[in-house]
Amino acid sequence: MGRNGRGAAAADGSAREAAGRAERDGRGAPLNTIGRPMRKVDGLAKATGRARYTDDIRLPGMLHGKILRSPHPHARIVAVDTSRAEALEGVHAVVTGRDMPTAYGIIPWTPDEYPLCVDKVRYIGDGVAAVAAVDEDTAIAALDLIDVTYEELPAYLDPHEAIAAEAGPYIHEPRKPGWNGNVTKVVKLAFGDVDAGLEEADVVVESDYFFEGTTHTPIEPHCAIGLAEGNGKLTVWSATQVPHYLHRELARVLDVDPAKVRVIQPPVGGAFGGKSEPFDLEFCVAKLSMTTGRPVKILYTREEVFYAHRGRHPFHMKYRTGATREGMLTAVDAEIVLDGGAYASFGLVTTYYSGQLLTAPYRMPAYRFHSTRAYTNKPACGPKRGHGSVQPRFAIEVQLDRIAERLEIDPIELRRRNFIGAHTRTVNDLRVTSNGFLECLEEVERASGWKRKHRRLPYGRGVGVAGSTYITGTNYPIYPNEMPQSGVQLQVDRSGRVAVFSGASEIGQGVDSMVAYVVAEELGVPLEHIRVLAGDTDFTPVDLGAYSSRVTFMLGNACIEASRKLKAKVRKAVAEAWEAKPREVLLAGGLAVRAGDTGTSMPLREAFNLAEAKFGTLGATGSYNTPKDVHGSYRGATIGASPAYSFTAHVAEVEVDPETGFVTVEKIWIAHDCGRALNPVLVAGQMEGSAYMGFAEALMEEQIFKSADQGRAGLHNAPSLLDYRIPTSLDTPALESLIVESIDPEGPYGAKEAGEGPLHPSIPAIANAIYDAVGVRMDSLPFSPPRVWRALQAAAGGRWAPTSARAGRVAAVGVAK
Amino acid sequence: MEIVRLRVNGDERVCGVPAHYTLLETLRYGLGLTGSKQGCDKGDCGACTVIVDGRAILSCITPVWEAEGRQVRTVEGLADGTETHPVQDEFDLNGAAQCGFCTPGILCSSVALLDRNRSPSREEIRTALAGNLCRCTGYEKIYDAVEAAAARLGG
Ligand code: FES
Ligand code: FES
Repeated sequence: MGRNGRGAAAADGSAREAAGRAERDGRGAPLNTIGRPMRKVDGLAKATGRARYTDDIRLPGMLHGKILRSPHPHARIVAVDTSRAEALEGVHAVVTGRDMPTAYGIIPWTPDEYPLCVDKVRYIGDGVAAVAAVDEDTAIAALDLIDVTYEELPAYLDPHEAIAAEAGPYIHEPRKPGWNGNVTKVVKLAFGDVDAGLEEADVVVESDYFFEGTTHTPIEPHCAIGLAEGNGKLTVWSATQVPHYLHRELARVLDVDPAKVRVIQPPVGGAFGGKSEPFDLEFCVAKLSMTTGRPVKILYTREEVFYAHRGRHPFHMKYRTGATREGMLTAVDAEIVLDGGAYASFGLVTTYYSGQLLTAPYRMPAYRFHSTRAYTNKPACGPKRGHGSVQPRFAIEVQLDRIAERLEIDPIELRRRNFIGAHTRTVNDLRVTSNGFLECLEEVERASGWKRKHRRLPYGRGVGVAGSTYITGTNYPIYPNEMPQSGVQLQVDRSGRVAVFSGASEIGQGVDSMVAYVVAEELGVPLEHIRVLAGDTDFTPVDLGAYSSRVTFMLGNACIEASRKLKAKVRKAVAEAWEAKPREVLLAGGLAVRAGDTGTSMPLREAFNLAEAKFGTLGATGSYNTPKDVHGSYRGATIGASPAYSFTAHVAEVEVDPETGFVTVEKIWIAHDCGRALNPVLVAGQMEGSAYMGFAEALMEEQIFKSADQGRAGLHNAPSLLDYRIPTSLDTPALESLIVESIDPEGPYGAKEAGEGPLHPSIPAIANAIYDAVGVRMDSLPFSPPRVWRALQAAAGGRWAPTSARAGRVAAVGVAK
Repeated sequence: MEIVRLRVNGDERVCGVPAHYTLLETLRYGLGLTGSKQGCDKGDCGACTVIVDGRAILSCITPVWEAEGRQVRTVEGLADGTETHPVQDEFDLNGAAQCGFCTPGILCSSVALLDRNRSPSREEIRTALAGNLCRCTGYEKIYDAVEAAAARLGG
C-alpha cells in the first residue's frame, strides 16, 4: 500500500501492511489503526441496502406533504385561498407563510427568508403553501386547488442590473435606510500597497473571468419527516448536514422550546454543502405535524432540488496581477460581483471568502479585493464544496499561467518561487501552520511527466497545472459563542464494547469511521467493538455540522481528548493490579500489556472492568475549540481564519478537438497535503470525488435560467439530471491521487482537511491545459464545445483553418488575448 | 388498487398498489424493500437499478406490471444467505461507497455485469456503469471494487 490511496482494507477487516511504512504519531509512538486502510463502520450497511436514509423511514399513520411553488420570479402575494384544497378528501392540513411568519437565515445577521413566503415570492420555485394529505397523489392534487393571487414585479436576473437599481425596486427591504435592497453585502479590504506593487511590477496581467453557477446534485433528494407529539415534543428527521443549526432554527421559527425539539439525521445520500442550512421542507413537516398530530414526510422531487439550490455563486471577476521579471508576485487587485440569487443564505461569508481565501499558497506582498454580492430573482446561491474560493482560485491560477507565459518561466517553477512557506502569516494575517504545497507540486510534476509534456505535446494536446489552499474548518461558529465547536462522549460496556456518541454528520465523507479509528487507536479496542451513535440531538453532544471541512480536525481532536481521559483511568486501574506505574500499561490490539514485559497482559474487557470497579461507570467526554490567535484584528479578519490549511496541486492533461471544440480530459493528477491520512483510502476517495466535481464544473455544469426572450424569464433551464449534465463514468477522466502528509502540529495525528481543497485546482488546471493544447485562453466557464470552438475561431481570426502542425499552435498563441 | 404478483429475491410476493405504480414504488412503498433508491424518478440517475431476468434495469421507469412473472433481484437479494456477494464486500474494502446512495444501483449493475462476464476489463466496467451516476467518488474506487470482486469470483 503506497501513499496513493489505492489498495484496500484486508478482507478480514484488519489493516494490510503499509508497505514498509510504519505509521508513527507525533511523539514517535507507532500507530496501529491510523494511517491504514480500514473498513468503514457503515460500509457493509451501505453495500447491502440496510442503511436507512430519511425516505426509507415510514412511521405509522404518516401523511405526505407537498409544497406549492411560485410560478413567478418576483411577485407580491395578494391573496392565498386554501379553502378548495382543504375541502379535498384526504387532505389533512394546509399551511401558508402566514402560519410561520418568523424570518430566518443561516447567518444570524441576515435573516431574510421564511419557511413559506409571506408577502412576496422572489424566484420561480419559491415555496408559498404546503399540504399534508393521506398520500402523495392527493397532496399533489391539493396543490392545484390552492388559489394564489400574485401581482407581478419586475425581475432581476443580472446582478449588475440589480446593483445599478439603487433606488429600487428592491428584491428585499434594505436592512438600513439608504442601503440598496438588492445588495446582500459589500466587502472592501486592502493589505499592503497595491498601487505601488502594480507600479513597480515588470509585468501586469489584467483579465476578466466568469465563473458560471453550478449546483450540488447529491443523488439523494432532500427529505424530512416531522413528528409532533401531544406533549409538545417535536422530532424532525432530516437529510441535513447541520442538525445543530436546524435544531436552533426549528425552535426559534416555530416558537417551540428547544429542549423539546429533537433532530435526527439519518445517513445522508450526498450533500456537498447543499444541505447545510434549514430548508422549507423541514419547517413544513414540523408545522404540518403540529397541525395534524400525525407524522408528515416531504421528499423533494429532483426538480425541487434544483430550486432549493444554495450552490456555487456565479462570479464576475476582474483581476490585475503584477510580478517582477523573476516571476515574484508584487500585487493582486480583484473586483468581484457575486450573483447571489433570491436570499442571503451564507452569502455574507461567501462575499468575504471570495477574497480572503486567496492569500496562500503564494506570497502576496500586496492584495486588495472589492466584492459585492447582489440579490437576483433566481434560486439562492450558497456554499458548494470549496465555498466562495473555487471561483477566485480559477481566476488567479489562470493569471499565474499568463504571467509564466509572458515571462517564459515554467508555470510549476513560477509557483515554487512564490511559495509562502510553512508556519507563517498571509498578507491578510491568517496564520498558516504546516504546508506541504512544494511536495504537492513535486508529486504532480513527477507523476504527470510534466517536463516531457508541457509545451511539448502536439497541437490539440496539452497539460496545465494549478495550486490551491483551503480551510480546515472555520475558526468561529456562525452564531457567536464561546462553547466548543465539537464534542464527543464515550461510554464503555462491561463486554468491552465502546460506544461513541458523536454529534457530527455522516454525509458520505466517512466521519463516523474516522471517529471509530481514533478511538480504536487510542484505546486499543478492535474496530468491531466500537459503535458510533451519531446524528441525534437527543443523545449526542453538539458538533456544529459537516461544513467547511471541519469535522476530522475538530471532532478528531475531541475524540483524542475523550479517549485519553478514559485511557488514564484504565491504566491507573490496571497499574494498581499489576503493581506497576500507569505509564507502563499499554492499550493495544485488544489487550492491556505491560511495557517491556509482553508476558503480562489482560484482555481489554478485564481492564475496563477493573477501571469500572475502581472509578464507577466508565465514560468520558472530549471537546475541541479553535485557537484564537490565528487571525488579524481588522473587521472581517475572522472570516477565512482556520486552525490549519490544506494545500493541493493538480496537473490535468487534455485533448481538444479543434473542429468541434470538444475537450476530453484524459487524466488529472491530484496531489493533496491532508496533514496526515487517517485512512488513505478514504482520503483518496475525497480527493478523487473533489477532482471529479471540479472537472464537472470545468466542462459540463451550468445552473442557468431562461431570459425573457427565451419565453419565461427566471425559469430554470434544465432542472433534471438528464439536462443538467453531471459526468457519468464514461465522461470522467482517470484520476490519480497522490497523498502528501505534512503532519500538522495541531491536527489529530497531524491531519487536516481533504474533502474540499482538492476540488479547486481542477478547473484552472484544465483551463491552462487547454491553452497548452490549442493556445486559447478559456476565461469563462464551462469550457463547453461551443465556447471552446468560438474561442478557437476568434483566435484564428474568424476563419477556421484546421492544422495539426506545432507551428499552427504557435501562430494561434500570437493572437490569443 | 391493483394486485400484483412479483418474484423478488426468490420470494413470491403479492401486493396491492395504485395502478400507476412503478416497480421502484412497489418495492419501496409496497414491499418495504427500501434498499433500491430513488434519485430522480425519471430514468436519469440509475439509483433505482435492479436486476430483472438477469438484466440491470431502471425500476423507476418500469411499470410494475412489466415485472410480473419475472425474476426481480434487488440489493437486498445479492447476498447468498449470510454470505455477502464479493462485490458488496469489496465496495466496503475499497471505499467505493461514500454516501452510499448510488451504491445499491451500482451494485446491481455490477452484479449483472459479473454474471455475464467474469473478467471484465476496466473499460467494460466503465461502460456497464454508464447509467449509474455517482456524485461522490469520481468512480475510481468503484472500478477498483468491481475488479477486485471479479478476481475473487475467479474471473
Ligand atoms: S431514480 Fe433515477 S433513474 Fe430511477
Ligand atoms: S457514493 Fe454518493 S453518490 Fe455514489
